[in-house]
Amino acid sequence: MASKRPSTIPGINRHGNTDLPVLKPFAPSQPIAFHTSAWLANMPAWTGFVLLLPLMLWPFASHAAGSFTMTDAFSALIRWMPFLLKSGFLFNVIISLFAMLIGTFLGIILGLGQISKNRFIKRISWFFTQLFRNSPWLVLLFIVLLAFPFEVTIFGVIIPIPDWMKAVIGLSLPIMANISEIVRGAVLSVPTAQWEAAESLAFSRQQILWRIILPQCFKRMIPPWMNWYAILTMATPLCSLLGVEEIITLSRQAMEAENNHPELLVPFYSFALGLFFFYCYPIARVTMYLERRYSVKI
Amino acid sequence: MLKKNAETIVSIKDVHKSFGQLEVLKGVSLDVKKGEVICVIGPSGSGKSTLIRCINGLNDIQGGQINVCGIDLTDPKLDKLELRKRVGMVFQQYNLFPHKTALENIIMAPTLVLKQDKAASEKRAFELMQKVRLEGKEHAYPGELSGGQQQRVAIARSLAMNPDVMLFDEVTAALDPETVKEVLVTIKDLAQEGMTCILVTHEMGFAREVADHIYFTDNGVIVEHGSPKTFFNKAKDPRTKEFLSQIL
Repeated sequence: MASKRPSTIPGINRHGNTDLPVLKPFAPSQPIAFHTSAWLANMPAWTGFVLLLPLMLWPFASHAAGSFTMTDAFSALIRWMPFLLKSGFLFNVIISLFAMLIGTFLGIILGLGQISKNRFIKRISWFFTQLFRNSPWLVLLFIVLLAFPFEVTIFGVIIPIPDWMKAVIGLSLPIMANISEIVRGAVLSVPTAQWEAAESLAFSRQQILWRIILPQCFKRMIPPWMNWYAILTMATPLCSLLGVEEIITLSRQAMEAENNHPELLVPFYSFALGLFFFYCYPIARVTMYLERRYSVKI
Repeated sequence: MLKKNAETIVSIKDVHKSFGQLEVLKGVSLDVKKGEVICVIGPSGSGKSTLIRCINGLNDIQGGQINVCGIDLTDPKLDKLELRKRVGMVFQQYNLFPHKTALENIIMAPTLVLKQDKAASEKRAFELMQKVRLEGKEHAYPGELSGGQQQRVAIARSLAMNPDVMLFDEVTAALDPETVKEVLVTIKDLAQEGMTCILVTHEMGFAREVADHIYFTDNGVIVEHGSPKTFFNKAKDPRTKEFLSQIL
């Protein structure tokens, strides 16, 4: 036993100085709730350049066969790049921002509904949270696309609903459900003693929630919230299946315009992949940084 | 300190309380007069904390009567907020609001619940901080204060509501022996000023010194009660004797 090297416990940066059996931590110290962000943030920053490597190297590995070379494909991409960026990826970002905004707003309402004293509100909120949390995103997107009219008439004014707006609604549904769970979990993570202390000072339930409980768990909600934003952004290409003109749709159209040479596939899709990486990677890093910072407190 | 003819401010009659199958209080009765200090002692799990949590409605009772400052707690139309404005409570784990400074902790309830003017509540908060001997710590966050200091802020926070009765639920149990003293001194000051106090405590020396009346609970009933002198020196019940022999 004595010769055994002291082992490290994950999350503790000190080596143990004992050979005696020690209690391993009960909970895994890795934040399990952040699969996507943790996975993304743990990559070294140069991963993005590796993703773009095919873009940079392909032109040199010119397959002599055929009239259309990789060099041609590369110059085609260069030509399309500003368009893909401005009309394509920017749109993905806009869709993700709107979906996040709506999803967060509705999610907070639903989350507070889940902790309501009213049994009926509680049940209903729980039901919708579970329903949208456990449905495939693509299915939700198709349902919204097919179920929503292409225009609505309010007080005689015809308001068109473009496909991208339906996509925003479709994507905001699973976000809403997940934010709802974040809110519920954060509120429940505040010790009940805080509720009791506030109750004994004659605060009403509303006051306790808004003045005492939510301000305390607000910080705790930010990392998981950002985690879901990164996931949402990476899910926006789903909209291309609905014909929304975002980066993947436009990439396909651009390739068609370039006569669908198979050599175009790798440069164009690598470019899209690289864009998503460079957008989501900083978010994931900040998420993990905040998660570490806030989890130490309290 | 004992006021012979003072009005009864807390009256508890034959109170029963169960958590599911477990009956925690099995018919407890006691009266507290205005300005009186009573201590409830007893082994863990004997229902002491549950008893005082029933007094401000944190726990509901299943049988019996509780009347606090003329408010009937068994009334189905009971306004708990009205009751809690009259009854202050201090907890074992301090339970300060961690995102607020000491001062903000104190003025929160007066400004939001009693709708008092902010400047006036702040002035009063500074006075209270002085009273609990924490001048200069007004802008510290709970995390920056020691356990004893946090507990004294918690006492000041309760006092800011100008309660008629103060409940102390094992307020020194989480403190080390030295800081216990600073909290006890604060409570003693209060008692001497005539505040009605109901304490659940394990500090026998303190109970003997400060209390007007001592209740010993075991297994959900009050086994014995009396003045500190008779209780500590001439306990009659064998259960009380056994308990006292182990701690004194």
